[in-house]
Parts: sequence; C-alpha cells; structure tokens
Amino acid sequence: MTHELGSLVLAQGEGWITFDVDSFLNQFWSNTIDGLSYGSIYALVALGYTLVYGVLKLINFAHSEVFIYGAYATWFTFYGLGFRPGTTPELPVFELVGFLLLALIAAMAVSGGTAVVLERVAYRPLRKRGAPRLVFLITAIGASFVLQQILFIWRGGNPENSIRLLRNDEVFQIFGASVTNVTIITILAAILLMIGTDMFVNRTRFGRGIRAVAQDPDTATLMGVNKERVIMTTFLIGGLLAGAAALLYMMKIPQGASYQGGFILGIKAFTAAVLGGIGNLRGALLGGLLLGVVENYGQSLFGGQWRDVVAFVLLVLILMIRPTGILGESLGKARV
Amino acid sequence: MLAAAGAISLSACTARNDSGSGGESAGSQAAAPSAAADAADPAGDGKAQCSPVSLAYAGTINGANAALGQNILDGAKLAVDQHNKANPGCQVKLEQYDTEGTPDKAPGIVNQMVNTPAILGVVGLPFSGESKAVGNIFNGAGLVTITPSATGPGLSQNGWKTFFRGLGNDNTQGPAAAKFMTGELKAGKVCVIKDDSEYGTGLAAATVQALGDKVACQDDVKTKQVDFSAVVNKVKNANPDAVFYSGYYQEGAPFAQQLNDAGVKAKFVGPDGVKDDEFVKGAGDAAANAYFTCPCVPADQFTKFTDAYQAAYQKAPGTYSPEAYDIATIFLKGVDAGKKDRASMLDFVKNYDGQGLTKHFKWDSHGELAQTTVWAYKVDKGKIVRDTEIK
Repeated sequence: MTHELGSLVLAQGEGWITFDVDSFLNQFWSNTIDGLSYGSIYALVALGYTLVYGVLKLINFAHSEVFIYGAYATWFTFYGLGFRPGTTPELPVFELVGFLLLALIAAMAVSGGTAVVLERVAYRPLRKRGAPRLVFLITAIGASFVLQQILFIWRGGNPENSIRLLRNDEVFQIFGASVTNVTIITILAAILLMIGTDMFVNRTRFGRGIRAVAQDPDTATLMGVNKERVIMTTFLIGGLLAGAAALLYMMKIPQGASYQGGFILGIKAFTAAVLGGIGNLRGALLGGLLLGVVENYGQSLFGGQWRDVVAFVLLVLILMIRPTGILGESLGKARV
Repeated sequence: MLAAAGAISLSACTARNDSGSGGESAGSQAAAPSAAADAADPAGDGKAQCSPVSLAYAGTINGANAALGQNILDGAKLAVDQHNKANPGCQVKLEQYDTEGTPDKAPGIVNQMVNTPAILGVVGLPFSGESKAVGNIFNGAGLVTITPSATGPGLSQNGWKTFFRGLGNDNTQGPAAAKFMTGELKAGKVCVIKDDSEYGTGLAAATVQALGDKVACQDDVKTKQVDFSAVVNKVKNANPDAVFYSGYYQEGAPFAQQLNDAGVKAKFVGPDGVKDDEFVKGAGDAAANAYFTCPCVPADQFTKFTDAYQAAYQKAPGTYSPEAYDIATIFLKGVDAGKKDRASMLDFVKNYDGQGLTKHFKWDSHGELAQTTVWAYKVDKGKIVRDTEIK
C-alpha cells in the first residue's frame, strides 16, 4: 500500500517522493536498533565538537579528519597483525579481544595525537595573536582539507580493503528485529565512554579546569588554571573519543577507511552536537542517537534520497523552537 | 605481552586468510571468445611517419572509484606504448587528465584539455555523469572522444558530433541484467537499489522496466553513503531472490556486506560499475555470493594482449582495459593514416569500420555501435571470472 503523490512525478514517470507507511511500520524496530547503533558513533564523534566548542567557542571542522585518522590506524593495526580482506576469521575470544584492544589503543593514540598536533599547529598560533573567531573557523576548514589531502596523496582514492575480525552475527531479537554482537558492542562502548567523559568533566580536578575555562577563561587564568593545558586536554579527550569511535565504526563498516570517509560522518556528528545543544556532553549523546534513528525512519518512510533531507530538516525545526538545542548549552554554565 | 600474542597468531592468520570466497564452480561457464585474426594492431606496419601529436585519457585516476579509471588508462597506455615502440618515426604522447570522476570537477579539467591543440583524440570519459557534464565542451572544440565505459543511454542523444561509445549502452545492459537474474539465477523477486549518479539512475530505470512485475522493492542510496541499514531492512522485509545494485563499487561493497550480515540470502548482482577487484576486496564475505553484468568482453583468450598487459603492469587486465586498448588503437590508426588535426581525426573515427579485440567497431550517426554484447561475471575463489554471455 504505497501512497504516491500522483501529480508530483519526475519526467520518467517515477514517483519522486513516497509515503511508504507500510515499510515504515514493518521495519520500525530494525530501523530503531540500527539507528541507535549508528547514532552512538555519531554521539562519540559529536563529543569532540561539543567539548572544543564549549571551551573555545570554536567549531573544529577538522575533527572529522581526526576521526578518519583513527580509522586508518585501526586498519593498519589489523593489517599489521596479518589480517587480509576476505572471509572473516574465526578467532578465539581471548585473541579477538586482545586484537581489538590493540586497535583501540592505536586508534585512540593516533586520533588523540592528531587532535593535539592540530591544536598546536593550526589554532595556538592564532590564539597567541588574538585572531578573530572567523579566522579560526576558516583555519579549521583549511586544516580539514590539508589532513584529507595528505591521506589522499599517501593512500590514493580507493578505500582501504575491508578487513574485519568479528562477523556481525545476530545475538537475539527484539520485536522481530535482530540485534547483532557488533550493535551491542557499539552501543555499550559508546554509553560507557559517554559516562566516563561526563564523570571526568564533572568530577575531576581537570574537569573543573575545563568547566572554569569554558565559563570565563580570564578569571580562570587568574585563579591559577593553566588555560593552554586545559585547551590541549580538551582537544586530546575529543581526539581519544574520536579514535574509539573510529574502531567501532570500522567494526561496523570495514570499508570506512577512505580519505573522504570522515566528511559526511563529521557533518552528521556536528549536527548531532548542535541538535543536543552544542557545548553539552549529554546533549551530544541524545543528539547522536536521535539523528541516527530519525535518518532511518525518514529513509524508510520517504525513500533513500530523503535521508539527509530528513536529518537536516529535523535540525532546523528543533533550532527554530529551541535555538540552544534540545538540552541547551551547559559546559559553560554554572551548575546549581 | 600483546605483541607476543600477535606474533603467535600471525602464522595462524595467514593460513586463515587466503580469501575463502568459495563459491561452487558452475558448469555453465561459457568459453571466452578468442581474438579475431584481423583485430587491429596498434603497432601497425612500423613505417608510420608523423609529427609529434598527442592523445589523451580523461577520467578518474585517483578520485572516487579510481580503479575503474586506472584499468582504462593502463589499457590505452599499452596501445600507445606498443605503437611508439614499433614506429620510431611516429611518436605519440598519451596525456593524462584526472577528473576525479565527478561531474563538478570534470568541466574545468576538460576545458584545460581542449585548449591543448596537440591533443587529437580522447579516450574517455569513463563515467556517464561526468561525460554528460563535458559533452558540450568537446563538441564545441571539435575534439573527438570515444568512451570505453560510459553507458548512460542519453549521452548519444544530445546532438554532440564528437561523442562515440565503444560499448553497448544501458538500454542493452538493463534488459540483459533482468534476463540474467530471472533466467540464469531463476529469481522470481528482485530488489533494485540505485545510487544518485547519472549512470545508476539510468541503468536502474532500464532494468526495472525490463523486470516488470518481478520488482519486489526499490530504494535509493547516495554517493559516499556507508550506512545502509534502512535499505537493508527494506530488502530483508521484501525477501527477494536477487538484489540488483545499480551504481559503483565504492558504495556497492559495503552495501553487499551489510546485506550479507543481515542474513539476506539473495544473490547480489552489480553492473559494470561494481565489477572490479576493489569490490571483492571491499565486500569481504559477501563477495562469494556476487554476480556482475557488463557490456565488456572477457579478455582471457586475447593472449597477446593479456600477456603484454601483464608484463607492463604486473597484473591482469581489468574491466574495460581491452576496450580502452581498442579505442586507443583506433586513434593511433588515424595518426598513422596522416590525420594531423582534430577535424580530420573526427572524420576518420566517424567513418571507421574495423575489427578490434573486443568487437567490430562501426558507429551510427549518434555514435552508437551497431553490434554489442553483454556478459555475466561472478566471483570465484576471490577472483572475478566470466560466467556466461547474456543473449
């Protein structure tokens, strides 16, 4: 029972928009679960945007490349361990966990390192000269292209071969929708990392420093907070989380290591951050999950070409009603 | 500690990983055609005399779906090298222009190219979208192009006088793909998924029309998309016998893998844009279950060509390498026949009538070939091999 708008058709006589309610209802649960699992990767990457924005009021558009460098690190770890594309190997659990941890460490180190280097090379000199905010934004976009082109020159245009250690197998079903091992790992890991970051920012001394600089950098400096170190830490945490996200992403989508692979995901993660309220850690989680799910709903209701339209219309709608995003801006606000 | 664990398992891993895309070797595999005895040879008679001229390849070299372009570039380059080696009195240069395969980048590059007067003929462009974007520029400059792989049917209907196609278009591939799925693969229900490229949409329309009421579901994906969960769920729900992905390997590979992961048992069928080793490397386990349709001829029996190709590039010819070789050969014959400017080269191609490795080349007034073939391929032990000619 596909309802098509009879008058709104393309020249080839093909419906350009469909309201496929049946497909939406039938695949509701499977789309929800897939959306949540993909959305948790958005959320982890979104944390990097949100943290840096909270502290510096800077949208670090090069964060998508920080993420993709982690994906390459994951791939090289797998490759270096002797794995090649083809059939997924059947590894004993002990080995599997060991290899994944190794890849996690590599990805987090590379992404974290990239983020810190980026801050040192691209942003700190500008900050020292007191450059206006717009200059930072342009620099971020430029840095994003530089990092992307370095990958392109080094590895070429083809995505890296698909290597994975763990097959996506169904573990159990919810309302007829299958939940796979990778889905469980992704969602659990993302939530744990979220909680960890939240505790770090809200409970530790360093976290207090971050919040202080976010609130009022000048006063915080007067109170003995080392601003430069806080900023570096913020970039580092964002990078580490992006690295973790990169491993999860490569487990889900082994073809993900491609020089442009970070671009769309980065934009989506940034959207998720704004959706939840940029500068707000919990908002990033909410925004990521929401975006992941809504994209899938939109696609099954309206058709594949509407996927991104639905995501961004949602963003505009929420910002019209609530300009600060769903949970509002909080890193820079004093908590009562 | 971890390093030790890694080292121990390294030996085990190598054994585990010889791409086990098993697949039953079907008895239905058709014999590959052998090269015609009168196929044009780029070397010619070795007595050609000419002032230095250039041909060009334009298309993706490093950009998206680069492997498809590199096959073509290598094929054309082989013909030019053979020609130059055999004809010391006539050295032809093959210029390379990287369009990155996108309709928005191609026009700038092509403008640069048409302003280089030494270039008399162009092998390319590989993709339909970019070909559409630059057709008028070539036409305005009177620079003849023969595409070895762009299959969008509309390309020959723009009134361009300089456009020629070295293979069958999607109005032959679409119905052939439909016939292959319903006939050879015995599919009663087929899902057709297309990307948003000129090529993907055109081919999907032709395929859907030929499939008629056998179409069980349809959906769209976007270029550079990597998460296909919503499409996969839709396909799973429709429970088809075959899935036709109308697009390129870059999206096709993760899509095939995610279908396989979701437990969809349908046979995955991709067109020429998916038929590349990059797909096999990208699709992992899913590759074993994949078939391809392609208006390209299997090169297995063109031994003289394949040996030379292997020697030059240390790999077997890819999709459309022989087509590109044929096309470059046609231009080289033009050069050897003394064509020194674009107008006379265009005239030479228009009136060309001769046998190549892959087929007989003679174009109608639209630049389409009279006789074309479509072959089916499949993955066997991690390699793409010919299956059968679709007649």
